[in-house]
Amino acid sequence: MAEKKLMYGNHAMVEGVIAAGCRFFAGYPITPQNEIPEYMSVRMNEIGGVFIQTESEIAAINMLFGAAAAGKRAMTSSSSPGISLMQEGISYIAGADMPVLVVNVVRGGPGLGNIAPAQSDYYQATRGGGHGDYFTITLAPNSAQELYEFPRLTFELAEKYRNPALILADGLLGQMMEPVALSAEPVDPNTLPEPPYALSGCRGRERRVTRSYDLKAGHLEEWNWRRNAKYAQIIKEEQRSEAVSCDDADLIIVAYGTCARVCGAAIRMAREKGLKVGLLRPITLWPFPKNSLLALAKTAKDFLVVEMNLGQMVDDVKLAIECTRKIHFHGRPGGGVPTPPEIYEKIVEILGGA
Amino acid sequence: MQQIFGRPQGLTDVLQRYCPGCGHGVVHRIIGELLVKLNIRERTVGIAPVGCSVFADEYFNCDMIQPPHGRGPAVSTGIKRTRPNCIVFSYQGDGDLAAIGTAEIVHAAARNENITVIFINNAIFGMTGGQMAPTTLPGMRSTTSVQGRDIKKQGYPIKVCELLAGLDGPYYLVRTAVNTPKNVIATEKAIKNAFVNQVDNKGFSLVEILSMCPTNWGMTPVQAKKWTDESMIKYYPLGEYRNRAKEGK
Amino acid sequence: MPHVKILEEVCKGCGLCCDGICPVNILILSPGRINSNGYHPAEVTDNSKCIGCGYCFKVCPEPAIEIYK
Repeated sequence: MAEKKLMYGNHAMVEGVIAAGCRFFAGYPITPQNEIPEYMSVRMNEIGGVFIQTESEIAAINMLFGAAAAGKRAMTSSSSPGISLMQEGISYIAGADMPVLVVNVVRGGPGLGNIAPAQSDYYQATRGGGHGDYFTITLAPNSAQELYEFPRLTFELAEKYRNPALILADGLLGQMMEPVALSAEPVDPNTLPEPPYALSGCRGRERRVTRSYDLKAGHLEEWNWRRNAKYAQIIKEEQRSEAVSCDDADLIIVAYGTCARVCGAAIRMAREKGLKVGLLRPITLWPFPKNSLLALAKTAKDFLVVEMNLGQMVDDVKLAIECTRKIHFHGRPGGGVPTPPEIYEKIVEILGGA
Repeated sequence: MQQIFGRPQGLTDVLQRYCPGCGHGVVHRIIGELLVKLNIRERTVGIAPVGCSVFADEYFNCDMIQPPHGRGPAVSTGIKRTRPNCIVFSYQGDGDLAAIGTAEIVHAAARNENITVIFINNAIFGMTGGQMAPTTLPGMRSTTSVQGRDIKKQGYPIKVCELLAGLDGPYYLVRTAVNTPKNVIATEKAIKNAFVNQVDNKGFSLVEILSMCPTNWGMTPVQAKKWTDESMIKYYPLGEYRNRAKEGK
Repeated sequence: MPHVKILEEVCKGCGLCCDGICPVNILILSPGRINSNGYHPAEVTDNSKCIGCGYCFKVCPEPAIEIYK
């Protein structure tokens, strides 16, 4: 039996990062994710890892670029405005095909916005975010347990495909306390193999170069096509989602993270009234779990997308099922969190009755 | 017959694409020699900037990385902290280091990060075609200060060694030039110190090198060499701005 | 005896080694020769005078100069 501990989501995330064998953190304070660097600074000190409080998010992401290029697991965490600052670096990291873990504890925006939970950075996370043709693998946990488990999974995906990866959380998930089953077999960083691209000094081998540019005519286009083939493989093999009560459902609610938790409660209310409602929770936002949605579109009549924004993921749902079913949207922007009764009302509005 | 001077093993065989008379080549040659002389080539990771010397990742015969404009010190930090046995040097121009990367260099210096920074100050943006740099001299013409840099509108140049000497952090700060054999020899000594300091785990070393950009200065290489003496060195005095080794630290 | 060798194809004809650097004044930009990049490379006028000081090498950006002894 795995040991279970009552933990804050943010602390669970830190323990998950350490259990994943990561020994490098660089970041800049920003609410609502400050528990992550604070707790990380203590833990890295205890285990002989590196913790750097940087001068900016720009410096933080570039320290990750260096650490990843050196072949080491490296992560940062920030919140929306800080993630905007990191986009330059994320683009270079994607362009250099390097694996890093970036955690975005999303807050209300645009601008300074507020510190309330939000999902307003969905487009930014799933469309690349910075300049150039690229994508970042993006995972969306919805519990302290997943905040603990996803860092390891995300590092493994990032390294398998040599691609930057994101975890999207929010202040609510981070500050919620839940029991977490800790891994009995944390990754020992000394057992991780040295990746073939690692910059470590060229003793006994050819020198290595990490770069994101290629000025020779046609070469960059070729490079981008190769990267596209990698993206196609990720889209084919790495879609992840969770389906709850979907088998007989007339209406499928599509929601992730905090929203999925709230929708779960609304669905239970609806089921008590005999309404056939299910939940499809994307776990990977990129690649988007298109296959699961396509399968559900064969049986369900309606889809309801619930997001804490003005409607971003709803576009991906429309693209996934090519608008073959009616797609409804319920959103709360600017740090608003939908309530179960509010979603229940929407369900009734769509399905009628009750 | 023994070769006493020649292309060092620390440089690749790739012919450099810098303009005739450009100072980058001299500094590259010095670093290439030191990588071998100090026996550090096989454990060195170099950082090429954005600018003319972006191609340095092809020229130095060691592991290299090419990061975003100005972020060399941050990338260096990530490498050095995860691989403390590696020797890490960040090669940067004046746009890279003293404009867009000001925050990164100041904080790497303040942390006394154990890295070596080679800072090429030629008072102009080279790669983009001769625009005003943070180091462009008052009155000096560039493609974005065609009448000459007007200090009332465009402010004063940044003196990087003097700026960083205001911090307690850095271990070694020195300004040299590469326009004469005497100045080149002083630069060789300074860059050697800057690498040896890192090998000895002393901390942050920066060598600011006044370098010629004949193309964008609108001069012949020989004129540029003289102008370095007459104008650049006058505004940017050569010498050590910090040397903790001499303070016995 | 020391002597200097110019790598003609590497030289960009900047002339820095020819501008009063050489203590025995044996380097000039070749008036007649042009390399494949279109530069007039440096040329040694009298190698028997070379003292092997290396000054020309030190200011050469390429480096397109080798010195032997």
